[in-house]
Parts: sequence; C-alpha cells; structure tokens
Amino acid sequence: MATVIELPVELFKGPVDPDWCPGCGDFAVLKGVQTAAAKLGITPENLLVVSGIGCSSNLPGFLHAYGIHSLHGRAVPVATGAHLANTDLKCVITGGDGDGYGIGIGHLLHAMRRNLDVTYIVMDNQIYGLTTGQTSPTTGVGQKTKSTPQGNHENPLNPLALAITAGATFVARAFSGEPKHMADTISAAIQHKGFSLVDIFSPCVTYNKVNTYPFFKERVYKLEDENWDRTDFHASLAKAFEWGDKIPLGVVYETDMPTYEDSELAFKKGALVKQSLKTDPKVWANIVEEMI
Amino acid sequence: MQEVTVGIAGAAGDGLDKSGDTLAKSCSRLGLHVYAYNCYQSIIRGGHIWLRVRIGENKVYSHGDNLNVLVALNQDSIERHAMEVEEGGAVLFNSDRLTCEPSQVKAGVQIVGLPMKKITEEVVKEHGALLPIMQNTVAMGAAAYFANVGLEEPSSVLADTFAHKGQKVIDLNVSLLKVGYEFAKANFKPVTKEWKFTHKKRCFLTGNEAIAIGAYAAGCKFYSAYPMTPASTILHWMANHANETGICVKQCEDELSVINMAIGAGIAGARSMCATAGGGFALMTEAVGMAGIMEVPVVCVEVQRGGPSTGLPTKTEQADLWQVYGASQGEFPRLIVAPRDIVDCFNTTVDVFNLADRYQLPVLLMSDLLLSEHPETVDPEVFNGNPVIDRGEIVSEWPESKGKFKRFKFTESGVSPRALPGTANTAFVSASDEQDEESILISDMFTSPATRRKIMDKRGRKIENLLKELPAPVLEGPADADLTLVCWGSTWGPVKEAAELLTAQGIKTNLLNIKYIAPFHAKEVEAILSKAKKKISVEVNYTSQMARFIKGETGISMDAHINRYDGEPMEPLYIVGHVKRILAGVALDYDVTEAEAKDMAYHYIRTHAQEKLRPTAATRESSNGHGEPTWNVELSERATGKLAARMKVGVSTGATYSFEKLAEEK
Repeated sequence: MATVIELPVELFKGPVDPDWCPGCGDFAVLKGVQTAAAKLGITPENLLVVSGIGCSSNLPGFLHAYGIHSLHGRAVPVATGAHLANTDLKCVITGGDGDGYGIGIGHLLHAMRRNLDVTYIVMDNQIYGLTTGQTSPTTGVGQKTKSTPQGNHENPLNPLALAITAGATFVARAFSGEPKHMADTISAAIQHKGFSLVDIFSPCVTYNKVNTYPFFKERVYKLEDENWDRTDFHASLAKAFEWGDKIPLGVVYETDMPTYEDSELAFKKGALVKQSLKTDPKVWANIVEEMI
Repeated sequence: MQEVTVGIAGAAGDGLDKSGDTLAKSCSRLGLHVYAYNCYQSIIRGGHIWLRVRIGENKVYSHGDNLNVLVALNQDSIERHAMEVEEGGAVLFNSDRLTCEPSQVKAGVQIVGLPMKKITEEVVKEHGALLPIMQNTVAMGAAAYFANVGLEEPSSVLADTFAHKGQKVIDLNVSLLKVGYEFAKANFKPVTKEWKFTHKKRCFLTGNEAIAIGAYAAGCKFYSAYPMTPASTILHWMANHANETGICVKQCEDELSVINMAIGAGIAGARSMCATAGGGFALMTEAVGMAGIMEVPVVCVEVQRGGPSTGLPTKTEQADLWQVYGASQGEFPRLIVAPRDIVDCFNTTVDVFNLADRYQLPVLLMSDLLLSEHPETVDPEVFNGNPVIDRGEIVSEWPESKGKFKRFKFTESGVSPRALPGTANTAFVSASDEQDEESILISDMFTSPATRRKIMDKRGRKIENLLKELPAPVLEGPADADLTLVCWGSTWGPVKEAAELLTAQGIKTNLLNIKYIAPFHAKEVEAILSKAKKKISVEVNYTSQMARFIKGETGISMDAHINRYDGEPMEPLYIVGHVKRILAGVALDYDVTEAEAKDMAYHYIRTHAQEKLRPTAATRESSNGHGEPTWNVELSERATGKLAARMKVGVSTGATYSFEKLAEEK
C-alpha cells in the first residue's frame, strides 16, 4: 500500500464560507469531510464531491475540491456517471434526507445494489430545511411540521436497514455532536472498497425542534466502544433497528464484496477519460463487415 | 429503373423478420438497393406483422406504395394484403393450410400455393421433421425466384446466418430454400426482368445502428439507457459491442438516472450519450436544463414514437417537436437536430459530439421509429471510422501562478475553456444554480442582476456562433417549382419521392427539409419560403408542429398541411394524392375508407368474437339515422365462410354503431 501523505485540513478550505444557519449540524459534516480527505491524503484535484439540492447539498461549494451541485434527488446518478468516467477520482456524494431518501431514493437503492465504489454521506436532519420545515422521509411519527400540522402519520424510513438489505457494503451512522468520531467514520467509509453509506444526525436548529443536539446526546453510544462485530449481516440488520433510549453510532455493517468497477470491462485500459478516442481500425473494419 | 417490393405478413413469432433479412441482405450483396419497413405491434406472439422489402436498381428512399410479391404466413395476411399485389405479381402461401381465391386478387396476379408437405418430402427424409418456422425458408426460396435474384446469394446469406449452428443446419435451410425456388421456377414466371447486378457490397443497417456506430467513431466512452422502444436497439448494439469498442454501457434504473449519469460522465470529461423514446425523454427534461446551465457536453437521442403517453409503442410519429424544443425550464443554449436518413444519422452523430464539446452544450438528436428501425442499404465508404475529433477548449495545465481558474469566464465567443476534474489548480463546482465566472453561486446570498445578465449573455453568444457554422437548409429539386413541400426527419425520404413523382406528372415540385431546429436559420428559411409559390407542410403528426414552428420563427404560414397520425409513416402516393386534392381545391378529409372499415372490423372481432369471424364485404349507407354515412361491414365465419354478423362503422367519426350476430353459435 502506498504511503499516505497527510495534507493540511486548510487546503480544503472553500472559496466562500457556508451560509448555513448558525449552529447547523452541517458545519461539522463539512469539517468532517475536509478532515477525512486531509488525513487520507486525497488532493483537492482528485476529490469529487457531488450533491443534489437542499441546505446540505450546498456543501460542495464550501470546500476546495471538484464539485457537482446537481438536481434535487439526482446526486447519485450524476456522481455515478462522473465516477465511471473517471475512476481515478475519489467520489463522495453528500446531501440531505429529503434529497437522498425522498426524491432520490430510487437511485440510492440501485447504486447500493451495484456496490459502486463511492461514499454517500447523508446529513439527516429529519426535516426539509431549505423549503422551511416540511416533513421528510425520516421525520418521526406524530411530529408537527409545516406540512403535517396535525402530526406526521407516516412511518419513517430506516436508512441503515435499507442500506444493509439493498447491498451497501459499508453502513454507518455518525452525529454532528461527535465530530472526531464522525471524521473517523467518514475516513473509514472513503477507504472502504464498495458502496459506503454514512447517515449523519445533523440537527436542523431552525426547523426541527424534536431531533436536537440534546435529543441525540442523551441517546447515542458508539459501537466501536462495544467491540461490535460489524460483519454479521443479520445481527447488523437487527442493530439497525435499535432506536429509542439508546441509538448506536459507528459502523453497523461492513463486508467485502466485488464492486461494480471490478467487472466493468471498459476499465481494463484504465479510466475512461484517459483512453484514446480513436476507433481501433480492426474493430471498425469488423463492425462495417458485419453489416454487409 | 427496375424495382420490386416483397411483402411478408404473419403473426409475431412467425420469424418473418429473419426471412425479410435473408432476402434483403441477398439483394444488397448482389448490388441492389434495399429499403425495408416492418409494421408491427407491441406483442411478442400473435398480432399482425407486415414487413415490406423494396428492392431497386437505384437508391430507393422509402418503402414505397407498391406490392409485387406477397408472402402470406397466415389466412389473415391473404385477406388483408392479397388485393394490394399488382398485376404480374404473386401471392405465396402454404397451400396445405391456407387458401387464396381468384376473387381475392387483382387480375393477372399469380396465386402461388406452396404444397409444403409434398415439396419438402425429400428434405424431411434426410433431415427429419421440420419446425413450423422452416416453411418460411421455403417461401423465401420461392420469393427469391419471383424477385429474380437467384439462389446463390440467398444460400450464402443463410450460411452466414446459421454459421454458429453448424453445417447440418445450414444444409437443411439451404435445401428448403432450393425446394421453394425450384417449385416456383417449374410453375410460374418471375415478376421482374433480369437485374443488372453490380455486386457492389453495401451495408444494410437501421438508423439506430448508424447512431450507435457514429457514437463509437466519435469517441463516445459512456452510454446509458433504460429499455424503451424504439430506442432500445441502440442499447443492444452498444451492449453487444462493448467488449471490442471499450464503451462503458450502463442500463439504468430509470431515465432520470440515464441522463444524469450521462451528464456526470460529460462533466468528468468522457464523451457520453444516452437515448430514449418520447416518454423517457419526458422524465429527462429537468436534467437537460442542468446540462445547459453547467455547460456540459452530452448527446441525448430522442426517438419519437406514437404518443401521447404510452401511445403507440411500436408506431412512428413526429409529434415530439414541442416536447424537445420546450424541454426544461428557463432559457439555455442547446442544439436540436433531426437527421433525415440513415447516412445522416451517422454523420450527424459524429458531428454533434464535436459540437457538444466545442460549444459545451447538450445536443438533442431527434429521430423517429421509422428512421430508427427500418434498415436500408448504404455504401460502406460513407462510414468514416476515423473522423476529426475536436474536443474544443480544454485547459490541461494551470500553473498556480495564473491565479484562480474561471470556469465560466466571460469570453467574446461565449465559450469558456473548461477543465476536467483531476486537473491541478482548476477545481470548480458545476452547479445547477446560477453562478458567476468563478462558478460561485449567485442564487443564494449574493444575487447580482448584472452578473446574471452577463452570464446569460455569455451563454447566449454560444448559440449565435453555433448558428453561423451550421449549414442552412436549401431547396432540393427544381428552383422554379410551383410547389414547395416542407418536411423534417425521416419524412424527407417519401417527400423526396413524392416531389419527383409530382414533377414527372407536370406539377413542378421541390422540397425544403429542416434539419437544425435550435438554433434555427430563420433568415434563410424566410428567404426561401417567401419566394415559394405554394407551400405545403408534410408531417407525421396531428398539429403540423414544424409548420407552426416555422411560422413562429419566420412569420410565414403554409398554404396547406398534409398530416398523418395513424401510426404509419408517410408514403409517396399518400403525399401525391393529398397534394392533388389540395391543388384541386378539394378539402382534405380523414374519413374511414372501405379498407379501413374492414381493418376496424378486424380489431372489433378480435375483442368481441374471439377471431372466429372475418370481414368479407363493406357497403356504404347514407341515410341510416346515425347522422353520418356508415360502412356496413359483413362478417363471415372463418371456418365455413357463412355470413354470421354485421357491423356498422361511421364514415366520419369511426363510431361502431352496431354489431349484430345473425345466428347463435352452437
């Protein structure tokens, strides 16, 4: 393995400062991504951060790296295309729960079953923030929001359980109130070969008055402190459902499986963007001949 | 010019497309020109499939209006198409199972019953019992005789087709071919004179294949798609050739993913393409605007089929002009182009990859089912496998000393040199939000009206410059014509033939085909049309979308419109007939004809009488209390021919007024 040359975190400082609300959990996530990239020695030109739309999806604009700030719900396919075109780049997808688990859930499921070698970081605040406080796919039952004044009556989605069953090979949870643990978790996710999902409790201080910093601080514990066996599929799936007085943080599940990239023949000659655009004369002759 | 059209009709699953291929490829290898059109339904087994192969000594531009040889694989096919066969032609069928009465054909048509069992006796002795599908090969042998193309070339095509199945299968098929050929030769006359075979080898391919190979020639590295007729055959070609071409071919979960992946690949620097039909494109539209604002080169093929909604999945139409033109919110540069034939599909695809890169914009390439699926002979020299590849302005090195890289630098040309992710010191964010020169969002905190205006102007300049380099449309045919036909896309072929027919009949006609829709050569088109004596648009749609578009861009209205929206493509005589009615001042109507009334009856009895009946006669009745004339269709029992039911179909509305059974079935 190549020696990792750690880089200064400041290298990843973006051209503009974030315009998130003071106290937003996303600040810590931005720092977490920067810290992880610095620690892993991924240079800004080799880091591609792709997002959708939402408060948290503004993240690529706030760090120094290549970024794509795409459409609402489409971060995963845009990232997939960019990643497949240039597999030499480290691809990190960032976004919110509405973007990834609501409008973009279809893409997420398929990206996980493909086991693409990308990392997906969801800043899960259990609310739609940028649109000023409507219910999201992870909002708890009974919670009053602008779109559910009588209380939300749909069951929240369980991102971790979903990811484990859909075929993600690294499934973890972090919390903005635990920044060091979060940066370590993001580092591990980026290093993992295959699809890694990190669901991060990133409290919305403006619109979610239920899932607050204190709410999580009282409940969270770290799986790493309990020597959790992250390789047991069924136990991990059960762990993913743990919710209430105790909520686990850390890597819930990890397994080693072949990635999509492993079996894609087009990558045999390296990253697509580095290959010649010229046709192979022999191949061309055969193509014309088979039409005669 | 000598030409012949062979039609093969049967049900889905009868294998008639393979038979058509054998004949078409044989003719192609002999140096003849071929244009084939398969009229089929969205069904895997059953239904009615109608394949026509038009063969000519010179280039043919449509499947034409004639029928010389009919190969009927079931009784329906005889009833539906035998009467279309022209004098001197032939109707071929398995006489062990099917019948064709002299009353079912025009005078002078040869009724060719093939006594399958008897004539294949020797082959069965040698090879064992035949599969039902093998009767097609016997029929193709007979068809080869009638088309006067000999046995040698069809045998060699079969040998290639079955090469992977071994010599025994080849021998079996070639002997069946021979049986049909010899039987026809011993008893009948060919329908054409001797051909002058040039033996010039030509490719035989569809528009979709031309687009696929064009993409490969242009250096396409990433192709994404979701299965949808009639775009799927591009995906199939790409998947089948991925290994040798090195193209990364991705079937996605939906069309949203398809175009977003292609755009992602485009940002990363791979030449990328995706394709879909109208319904899939409807899902893609939001992303088209994203490619516009991010200035991403990407090629998206929209193959039109009959709409709206799921519409007619296996039928052709040109009704997506509004959808493609209006795709995505806001205003942004994009190239919309509609190639007119198979060669144009190839060349256009190669060109647009360069234009997409040089102008950093999405390209929407509009095709249609006819263009995408019909195969045609093309000289192989046309296909240049080594075209010029121009990737436009790409910054490959950017020393830190040059300062901040401006991804959207306000340049005179409007094109800002782009950097690909992975390049040092040029990191930027491609955003779907509006941004400034340095790709910093101006949408949230710092919206600056002047910056917004200037980036719109910058993007706008790209399209002005693009228009200057695109070739403007020109009139084809006599300059002093009395009539100008206006068309776009695959309708060019039948319009070209119609214009020639009209000119030959004394109505001097030329045509104006529109290829580039956005940007549009408004000045040039206005100059041409303002001088035209009479202008008629010809489109496979209901609302004359191109005519309206031209009016919007130039202020010039057509004098009349010829439309077709029944799922079938334009045909030369359809156009000629309508033109003559327009010139004679006869109002165009889309009333139900006698043949169509019978066709409607076929559909009705399929659902209401389990296909036990067939329409035998139709008479027109005027005063019937329905407020419009009706076609009174007689339906007879298939088994006995006994009159069994009557139905009335409105001539104007097409309403089914009545269906009465005359006798109860026992």
